[in-house]
Amino acid sequence: MKRSAKRAAIQAAVLLAVGAAAWFLVSNTLSNLEARRIASGFSFLQREAGFAIGESPIPYSAADSYLKALVVGLANTFRVSAFGIVLATLIGFAVGLGRLSPNALLRGLCAAYVELFRNTPLLVQLFFWYALITETLPPAREALQPLPGVFLSNRGIFFPLPGSVPVLQGFNFSGGAHLSPEFAALLAGLSIYTASFIAEIVRAGVLSIRRGQREAAQALGLTPAMTTRHVVLPQALRVIVPPLTGTYLDLTKNSSLAVAIGYPDLVSIANTAINQTGQAIEGIAVIMAVYLTISLSISALMNWYNARVLRR
Amino acid sequence: MRAIVAVIVLLACGTAAAQSTAQAVRSKGYVQCGVNTGLAGFSQPDSKGVWRGIDVDVCRAVAAAVLGDASKVRYTPLTAQQRFTALQSGEVDILSRNTTWTLSRDTGLGINFVGTNYYDGQAFMARRKLNVTSAKQLDGATVCVQPGTTTELNLADYFRANGMSFRPVVIEKLEEVLNAYFAGRCDVYTTDQSGLVAVLASRAPNPEEHVILPEVISKEPLGPAVRHGDDQWFDIVKWSLFAMIEAEELGLTSKNVEKQGSSKNPSIQRFVGATGELGKMLGLDNRWALEIVKQVGNYGESFDANLKPLGFERGLNRLWTQGGLLYAPPLR
Repeated sequence: MKRSAKRAAIQAAVLLAVGAAAWFLVSNTLSNLEARRIASGFSFLQREAGFAIGESPIPYSAADSYLKALVVGLANTFRVSAFGIVLATLIGFAVGLGRLSPNALLRGLCAAYVELFRNTPLLVQLFFWYALITETLPPAREALQPLPGVFLSNRGIFFPLPGSVPVLQGFNFSGGAHLSPEFAALLAGLSIYTASFIAEIVRAGVLSIRRGQREAAQALGLTPAMTTRHVVLPQALRVIVPPLTGTYLDLTKNSSLAVAIGYPDLVSIANTAINQTGQAIEGIAVIMAVYLTISLSISALMNWYNARVLRR
Repeated sequence: MRAIVAVIVLLACGTAAAQSTAQAVRSKGYVQCGVNTGLAGFSQPDSKGVWRGIDVDVCRAVAAAVLGDASKVRYTPLTAQQRFTALQSGEVDILSRNTTWTLSRDTGLGINFVGTNYYDGQAFMARRKLNVTSAKQLDGATVCVQPGTTTELNLADYFRANGMSFRPVVIEKLEEVLNAYFAGRCDVYTTDQSGLVAVLASRAPNPEEHVILPEVISKEPLGPAVRHGDDQWFDIVKWSLFAMIEAEELGLTSKNVEKQGSSKNPSIQRFVGATGELGKMLGLDNRWALEIVKQVGNYGESFDANLKPLGFERGLNRLWTQGGLLYAPPLR
């Protein structure tokens, strides 16, 4: 009884100390902002942003509000993360399985892939892909045309949609669909880098399945491909899914490196808003809240999937 | 992420205003100066690693006035996005980084602009091959620009006002945004005229392949800024800049200023501290202005040393007596 009372007292004291520290930080920040006459609050979100954004999945103009600009940034973050997760998973599974292939050449190539991309900084890889696109591809007026209606230039890739074909007009192509060099470089960098981690996770997962399982499947007359598909992978997924969640979270958070190569993701636009309004605390709070929400959502989704895998 | 650092500083620092900036500078023995990461003529390290430029000279002038030694400056290179948080959070004492003075910055950011050390305006640079002769022909162009600048806002305003569309490529680092333009990612690069001239002179692989379009689309008075709430420091930086301008008007140079103690001109006598108490009123040594001119030079000397070799004209930045805009209030 006495012991538990002591414990409760300690916990209360710690809680009090944390609360006091939080109160000190908040009140101190507010008084510092007040002393320096730095504007505070979220009313700036309704003001006109005044700057243009290079690419946006939703209609946006410089006359829209900061809130709308941030939503555009969020949509761009979602876009590159979603495509990145799909691509990284496909490449990662292929390379991971390739590392276990009986073919020595394939095994070697996949091992080289993993070591190369896992051991160089992502930022450097992004600069590499971006430079590759902008420096080696021709200008818009001399665009390559690998397929009819598909144009490759340092303005990105233009390809036709039903009813709309890209046409060179003035400085650039109009019509059709468009992948910007910034998006392409970021997507390539993120998915290729993350795939090298996924490959190792997949390999570890497959190796965790006892050899007897594979031998039993072969004894039943299953081909190696069928064995992998129906016997090994379903069991390996139990090992693969939890760390896979981590790499998905990493990919999403790493997408904020977009700033360096000019892709207008959430961080890039929030930075500009911070700079124009001077409201760093509010801006950083928005960034943190959004990433926390995205990460927790991905975790929840993957936990649900993991539970399903375990039940099988 | 300097913004995060700034937030932490704002969260954690106690009563930062307890010690004045001038006291802090004297006790640490140097002025911490926020400059551009590298803009020729304004702030850029030379081949020996010594920072040079007219923005750098403002900080050197303040160091000469406060500490009696223009070399006692430490530099913090800042991108356009980092600059205001660096000043707000106290990371630098002066922001002298070709920064445009605007009402919203002066009021909303917790900073004060002390004056203008370069009158500038925004313009466009395009590849000669495109055969563009006017900014009005830029409808549909891809434009490289740095984020968090007045440039970015003027750009959107200009295209809106003229009913044209454009696609911005927004990259924070000057090196990276220039790489993108020179690699052909953009048709046009836009920044202040001075920036375009400096880039053509110091960064362009083939300067003759590019033209600066004639339109100047904005007013860009560039000047140093200090934090809100320290009026003494605000005065010191403001009058250090004015002293450089006044010295040119009085004909005082780094070569002749030492010998002016016996000058018959009372303005010069007050300037060099032979009479009057101008230094004391600022809380400085009475030789403050003399040290500025002796060690850093007058405004014209700074301009000739840093900007003239790059091909800059004085233009608006002549003295008011010669038809320009430079005008220092009386030092009396």
